[in-house]
Amino acid sequence: MTGSAYRIDHLTVALGGKTVLRDVSFSLESGSSMAVIGPNGAGKSTLLKCLLRLVMPAAGSIRLFEKDLGRYSRRALARLTGYVPQAGSDTVPFTVEEFVLMARYAYLGAFSHFTETDRQITRDAMARARVENFAGRMLHTLSGGERQKVHIAAALAQQPQVMLLDEATAFLDYRHQVEILELTDALRRETGMTVIAVTHDLNQGALQYDKVLALKDGAVVCSGRPGDLLETGRLESIYDTPFRFLEEPETGTTYVVPGRRVP
Amino acid sequence: MKVNSILMLLGLVAFAVLLGAPFVGITSISPADILDPAGEAMGAVVFWRIRVPRVLTAFLAGSGLALGGMAFQALFRNPLATPFTLGVSGGAAFGAALYMRLGLAFAYLGISGGTWAAFAGAALVITLVYGLTRARGGFATPTLLLAGVALSFFLSSMILALQYSANLHDSFRLVRWLMGGLGMVGYDAVLNLFPLVVTGTVILFMLTNELNLLTIGEDLAMSRGLDVPRTKKWLFFAVSFMVGGIVAVCGPIGFVGMMAPHICRLLVGADHRHLFPATLLFGGTFLAACDVIARMAFAPAEIPVGVITALLGGPFFLYLLLRRGTLHLFQ
Repeated sequence: MTGSAYRIDHLTVALGGKTVLRDVSFSLESGSSMAVIGPNGAGKSTLLKCLLRLVMPAAGSIRLFEKDLGRYSRRALARLTGYVPQAGSDTVPFTVEEFVLMARYAYLGAFSHFTETDRQITRDAMARARVENFAGRMLHTLSGGERQKVHIAAALAQQPQVMLLDEATAFLDYRHQVEILELTDALRRETGMTVIAVTHDLNQGALQYDKVLALKDGAVVCSGRPGDLLETGRLESIYDTPFRFLEEPETGTTYVVPGRRVP
Repeated sequence: MKVNSILMLLGLVAFAVLLGAPFVGITSISPADILDPAGEAMGAVVFWRIRVPRVLTAFLAGSGLALGGMAFQALFRNPLATPFTLGVSGGAAFGAALYMRLGLAFAYLGISGGTWAAFAGAALVITLVYGLTRARGGFATPTLLLAGVALSFFLSSMILALQYSANLHDSFRLVRWLMGGLGMVGYDAVLNLFPLVVTGTVILFMLTNELNLLTIGEDLAMSRGLDVPRTKKWLFFAVSFMVGGIVAVCGPIGFVGMMAPHICRLLVGADHRHLFPATLLFGGTFLAACDVIARMAFAPAEIPVGVITALLGGPFFLYLLLRRGTLHLFQ
């Protein structure tokens, strides 16, 4: 699909009387990727939930593939968008395979059962996310990193065109961070999937994406190319903390490090 | 054992209990008696008019209560959420008690007025609980459970007030009914229960994939394509329908609704495609078997079946719990 995947205009969200997002607008080309950054409580997760229609906006419009989000059925929406939630301590009483297979719900006809096609797609998704080795294990017996990969496998089993990730690498050890970053990179580059990721990881996350959207107190403070973040004072004003820029001698890539130099 | 063999075994046990239970009782009955063509022999009358409907009622009630508990535990993602803890049974009991106290007697669509009153009470509480889940972004499950417990206490006080103000005859009927029992039933009870339990069961059967998704949390379930509010409405409707009917006929029988689904989870796992048939068979068989014991233990006196369900089920549940280590349900 070409054209815009998302077109968001003047989105405002209030939760429990508090304005969580105010006048957020952006658009994202189909097949491109966007990182959503910003301090805690900036409204990043709420934005993702709006895109999934889990939270209803007070004002503004969200268009997915040029169609108003509210006009999709839940199932149609699930066939277009996959969601990987924030890593938590969810203890779901299912095996990995059962959990991934359940993600095929959006393709299930009324009163019917999962087919061999569903099972094959489930196996492919598990292989893609490299979780096929623990297909038979209960989800709650896995480590946080393994569980996060299972969540990605389940979202892949939905065969979506858009993948929404909410801090997919938070709380994970380095190996799992790398594995998940490689996996999402491969999705962006190889499958042509549109990816929106909420992340606190600037170097391996935000700076590698096509676009960056920075939120602060529910409002957009920066929207554009990742390079814009490297402008003097930009990150400082987003996060209210000093940053240092380091250049890797071999490649010339700039890395950002939060905080002043520790003496 | 594999899941399918466990289900098969549950089915066989259910079949055996349904077939054998009507033969057990103070009046001994031989197979020859029940085949008596005239059906006038003492054995035939006891068998066909009293015991068979009683066993069927027990099975229907047990299945319905267990399935109601299973649905609520998945819906609220909490092992303590059942129609009892959320006050639905209390609502049904109050409706039925009010009907008895007012000395009403009517029937509509072949279903007794008491059942309608119980259904109305259950539906009222369900509506209240459902409203609470939606008000101001919804209350957390522990809050709902506390509200349900408070509501149950409130309703049982109301029932006590009704009973206190009643004359001796009505008061006795109420107390006997509140203990939960299958004693004073005939085919009327079966005919009352059958449409309600079957309707509820069919709705739940069609929602097994949906129940699985609810178990993983509402946000994730919606992102998978589940219309959560609509599914919830169906579940609330099915459960209040079943529990209302059962409470009206058998009184508030405890324990089955909470423990039967947990026992089945330990046996076949949490996948509702297996859990549904297991809970249906186990709940029905369990209550039918408990009723046999209730009839026989202190014969000719009968103890309320609710006493037996807790006496038997409690230790069995603890045994399973300890043998399997921990109970991996939702938390």
